[in-house]
Parts: sequence; C-alpha cells; structure tokens
Amino acid sequence: MVLFVMCFLLFLVGLYGVLTRRNLIKIIIALSIMEYSLNLFFILIGYVKGGEIPILKKAGTVPAVVVDPLPQAMILTAIVIGLATTALLLAIAIRLYRKYKTFDVSGINALKG
Amino acid sequence: METALLFILIIMLAGALYALYAKDLLSAVVSYGIVGFALVIAFLLLQAPDLAIVQVVVETISLVIMISVLIISTREDLQETPVAKIKGASYVHLRHMVYVAAALVITGLFLYFFVVSTSMLPVFGEHHTRMATEYIQHGAEKTGAINLVTGIVFDFRGYDTLGEATVLFTAVIGVLAMLRLTGKKEGL
Amino acid sequence: MNGMSLIVKKVTQLMAGIIFLYGVYIMLHGHLTPGGGFAGGTIVAGSFILLIVANGIRVFGLHREEQLSSAAESIAILVFLLLATAGMLMGAMWFFRNYLPHGTPGNIASAGVIPIYNLVVGTEVAAALLTIFLGFVIFKAED
Repeated sequence: MVLFVMCFLLFLVGLYGVLTRRNLIKIIIALSIMEYSLNLFFILIGYVKGGEIPILKKAGTVPAVVVDPLPQAMILTAIVIGLATTALLLAIAIRLYRKYKTFDVSGINALKG
Repeated sequence: METALLFILIIMLAGALYALYAKDLLSAVVSYGIVGFALVIAFLLLQAPDLAIVQVVVETISLVIMISVLIISTREDLQETPVAKIKGASYVHLRHMVYVAAALVITGLFLYFFVVSTSMLPVFGEHHTRMATEYIQHGAEKTGAINLVTGIVFDFRGYDTLGEATVLFTAVIGVLAMLRLTGKKEGL
Repeated sequence: MNGMSLIVKKVTQLMAGIIFLYGVYIMLHGHLTPGGGFAGGTIVAGSFILLIVANGIRVFGLHREEQLSSAAESIAILVFLLLATAGMLMGAMWFFRNYLPHGTPGNIASAGVIPIYNLVVGTEVAAALLTIFLGFVIFKAED
C-alpha cells in the first residue's frame, strides 16, 4: 500500500515538473518520468507474493504460484513506445533551439497574437 | 522484498527531484538516468525479466540521444528571474490568496479521491489472476511457446503488437519530417 | 565528428560483432527464454549506435543518407502484415492465426509462426531506432 502511494508520488513529481519548469529539456525529462511511474504501477499491481517468472521450465509443468503475465505483455510494448515519443519530442526541441536560440518556453511565442 | 522495493522507490524519487532542480542540464540528464536504471532493478525484483532487458537498452539509447541533443545546443539552465519587488507595495494581493486557496481545494479533492480509490486496490502481493489463469494453465499447449509473455504478445494479443509497430513507424516518420527539411528557406 | 581515441575505436570494433550476435540470439530464442523480438531488436540497434558513436560519423558512409535503414524498416513491417494476413487466408477467417505446426514445446523449431514474428519485429524495431539516431546525426553534420 505504501508502495502504491510512493509510485503515485513519483507521478506527481513528474506532473509538477511539466507544469512549473520553463526549460524545455526539463519538461521532456518530467514527462518521461511520468511514463516510468505508470509502467512501474502496472507491474506492481500484477505481482503475486512468492510467485515465479512466467516462463515454464518444461512443457506441461506449470509452477504453483506464477506472477501475472498479462500486465507484463502490455507494458513490454509501452516501454518501446515511450522511447519513440521521447525521441520525437527531442527532435521538436532541437528544431526550436535552431530557430529561437533558447529553450525557454515563454519566449517561444510565434503562434501568439 | 517490500523493504527492498521501498528503498528503490526512494532512490527514484530522489533522482527525479534532483533532475528537476539541477542548475546544469547535463546533471539533470544523468539524474534522469538514475531513475531509469533503478527501474530496471525494480523490474527484476518484481519477477519480470523481459521488461528488465528492454528497459536497460531503451534507457541507454534514450540517454545517448538526449546527450547528443545537449551537445548540439547548450548546457546551462535558464536563470530563474526573481520576483521584482516594487517599493511600498504589499506582497499579499487578493489574487494570490485566491490562487493559493484554489490550489488547496483542488489538492484536497485529489487526495480524497486518491484515498478512496487506493482503499479498493488489492493489498500488494495478493493479486488474484482472474483473466490470466486460462493463459497460464493452457497457454503452452495452445501456442506451443514456453515463454508465456511472448506467447501472449504474439499470439493471444497480436493485434496490440501490430499497433505498437505502427506507432513506432509513425514516430520515425515524425522525426524524419522534423529534422530533414531539404530546401531550407531563409530564417527557418 | 571524428570519433574517440584509438583504444576506444579498436575495442568497439571488436565488441560490436559480439553484441550484434547476442541480439540475434535473444531474438531467435524468444519463445524459450526471456527476451523476444523487442529486446533483441533494441540490442541490435545498440550495437550499431555504439559503432557510430565511437568511430565518428563517416564510418559506413552513413553521413549522407539514412535511406537504407528506413527502407529496411518499411520492408520489415510489410512482411509482418503479410504474415498476419496469410494466417487469415489459411483456415478460419481470423487475423493472426498461428498456422504453422506447433511441434513439441521446448525445441527451437516450435510454436508455429512465433519465431518468424520475433525476427521480423526485431528487425523492425532495430531499423526504427537506427533511423531515429541517424536523423539526429545527419542533422548535426549538415550544420
């Protein structure tokens, strides 16, 4: 129970970073920290006490207590997707730096007005 | 087991907090690497070896791309401008009090809903696998694979893998479109 | 842009082949040991990125274009889709059907079409990550 609360605290730290930091690289880092906390939360939910890894030693011998394999299958794809979106955000950030010479989000206001 | 996970989570929280407050951007990226690699240890403690392998390599590649972005541009963080004090004006305005009160109300609501929903979660470790019992007992004979996670990813849930490949492909198209404007115009 | 010192260059030229083989091993044994297509694909991409970072940008003539890895990624995902629809055409009309014989679980030639899926998805992920990295490298080089 304490583990779930701390996982949520990590999510809140990421959310705080997205809302209050002005540097674009720190916003991207905080967004990625939010994704890590979500992945950890799913695997924490699927853990069974005393369970073993979901790989059989020989066909037909299922161990008695096995950790849930379904959240692991979901999060396996989510990790690679997280890397892809972070790379896309970094490409946008480096383009913005080329044009405006700064990473400050309050100075990037070409669409305003 | 729980104390080990608690220790790892404390390390992750400390790394995340330092990554947001570092004055130097390179230190922030290294601290972000601490969070990622502590997550690998957490995955290993939670009996998920597939995820640990993927997370190690993905974290390394992500760190390499971030540091290459920092080398191209700049290393310092922005100066946080101090609040300008006007002589004779009071610091406490009505607008500030309204903002603080609204923030406290919303935080209270958030905390209330959080407490209600986590009291309904199962205790850590007492997870009853309802959907996955069928996959665990008969997965090896239905798919022929003894790695159950691979059997689920490619046979029972193959459509999700197709979706993931599509998202990865779209992200690559996006990166190539952002970084390679051939025929640059002036000022772009 | 010039790569690192001579010791780093020689050591990475020795290690990159071993890391590539390790990635292919994890891809092929995806239905027997932990790993699978995604883990193996990222490790193969990691070996190429190691070569480029240590030896400078001009190591494969890659500083001009990234079209080869982009074409490899497109072909890999096309093969994946073709295999999935082929499963639909043989037998029951059901996408992603596992139609090759299953064999005895525990051998390497078992689990129907899953080892082929592992290889194809692994090359797709490796080519995608390599294309992203080459995009950044070429953007830096054509300043």
